Amino acid sequence: MIEQYLPIILVLVVAAVFAAAIVFSSRLFGPQQPSKIKIMPYESGKDPVGSTHERVSIKYYIVAMMFIIFDIEVIYLYPWGVEFRNLYNEYGFFAFWPMLVFLIVLELGFLYIYKKGALKWD
Amino acid sequence: MTANTEIFQLLPHLVIGVGIVLSVVIEISTKKSESILPWFTILIFVFAGAHSIINVYDYQILFGGMYAIGGVTAIFNFIFTIGAAIMVLNAVDYIKKSKMNFGEFYILVQSSVLGMMLMAGARDLFMIFIGLELMSICFYVLAGINRSRMGNTEAALKYFLLGAFATGFIVFGIALIYGTAKSTSIDQIVFAYEYFITDVLFLTGLALFVIGFLFKIAAFPFHMWVPDVYQGAATPVTGLMSTTGKAAAFSVLIIILSAVFTQNITNNFEILFAVIATLSMLYGSIVAIAQDNLKRMLAYSSIAHAGYMTIGLAAGNIESVSGIIFYLTAYAFMNLGAFGVIALIEGSNEENLDINSYSGLNSKSPILAGFMALFMFALAGIPPMAGFFGKYYVFVASIKADLTWLAIVGVFSSAISVYFYLRVVVYMYFKDSTSSIIIKNSFTGLLAVIISGLLVLVFGILPDTLFSIITSVLSY
Repeated sequence: MIEQYLPIILVLVVAAVFAAAIVFSSRLFGPQQPSKIKIMPYESGKDPVGSTHERVSIKYYIVAMMFIIFDIEVIYLYPWGVEFRNLYNEYGFFAFWPMLVFLIVLELGFLYIYKKGALKWD
Repeated sequence: MTANTEIFQLLPHLVIGVGIVLSVVIEISTKKSESILPWFTILIFVFAGAHSIINVYDYQILFGGMYAIGGVTAIFNFIFTIGAAIMVLNAVDYIKKSKMNFGEFYILVQSSVLGMMLMAGARDLFMIFIGLELMSICFYVLAGINRSRMGNTEAALKYFLLGAFATGFIVFGIALIYGTAKSTSIDQIVFAYEYFITDVLFLTGLALFVIGFLFKIAAFPFHMWVPDVYQGAATPVTGLMSTTGKAAAFSVLIIILSAVFTQNITNNFEILFAVIATLSMLYGSIVAIAQDNLKRMLAYSSIAHAGYMTIGLAAGNIESVSGIIFYLTAYAFMNLGAFGVIALIEGSNEENLDINSYSGLNSKSPILAGFMALFMFALAGIPPMAGFFGKYYVFVASIKADLTWLAIVGVFSSAISVYFYLRVVVYMYFKDSTSSIIIKNSFTGLLAVIISGLLVLVFGILPDTLFSIITSVLSY
């Protein structure tokens, strides 16, 4: 059982050794004459301006979190919508009400966020 | 098709679930939500608790073996809902005093209680996990609900990071159990427990699962978060976390190991639990002696109490299960009462938590001093209070399981713990007041303390009322 995976492990080991060898040999044997322009982050691009560790306003996180609400909604609604005809034939309207309850609870959460003023941008 | 009607069997859960949704509506629709929500919350908790305890003999398995109602689950639901109701009653004035009067507080308490109820009733590993996450995430937020306090934020962050780590253990354990048992149904796992337990992978998975929950009950090697979190979180929240949260974790431990308790199978975890119980009891009792902050002292005492209850898991017979459940009930009300008194005496900005603030309390507020003494005696396990019978039943179960040495260690540890519990009583009655604390009158807070005090006395004087229900329920 486990022997069948031996070729895969061999390929992984050979690949890792080969990649490491290439990287280190160019480091070892290649000529290195660094200059200020060469060691800049984007050698042929624009000069970097300011620090990369900038703080992002917390408003973006709230929008991102609200995106998750709609994400989950779609994830559940889509397969339910595709299969609804079969579900209806089997369960009748019991296939319909749970999704309505789910939507009400979800939209109440959205209404809560809206009422608490999370969508005000200033 | 049967799921259509089965859903109405879950009336307490439905009431709390609808209550959460309605609370959100109340919170966003009126400005006065802070004065409506506490009473609404208490109302649904009391209804759910009463419904559970009335239907305690109505044991049913629902949703194709996914969920159980009645029986032990009903007793756990009673602990969760009534404990949370007492805590909310106590918190009404506390959260006004410390300026964290958000309506979300009550919504989060309701959600966490729903999570606990799902944990206690679950008969499937995934249901347990959903309930655990619902409870834990609400607790993380509740621990840090007062954003302006440093201690609160620290508590929430520490609890979240370590709690998430423990949850990882649980998920990995579930994966291994599912991989070997080919099922997540607890009934199937329990049914073929004897066969599975010889499998090393299953044993590893079960051990990881148990370790995750030992973290949640704050047993010894997994207790690092307890003192900081219990000290930093708001006092009523600490009361809720240390009592109902512990009960919820124990309900899962009892269910997953129920094969050991009901069938005559050798308890593979006997040594593990015995060692953990010994270390928790001794560590909690000895370190609590050195604490001057009352919340921190109760945090270490909570570790010790987790140890006493773990004796029951080590004993692994049917008596020990009823002992653990009785202990959890008694512990819930005495600890909630103690934290209730602390919440009443605490100042608006985490002052007066030191033991010196309690010196001469008897002359200022004889009622509070009396109840604090009652809870301290109960926690120490002195006979007329419920704490004594909790310990008694657990120790008797361990003697029946040939673990007499564990019972002796337990008695020894209780003797140590008497020192720091009674130190508070000595300060209250035999020292002159050194601090000039002003105790704000709070009718609801006092009412919560009185109710928990009465429950501690009732379960202590008439332990058989509860114990006979537990034993008769456990027979099926």
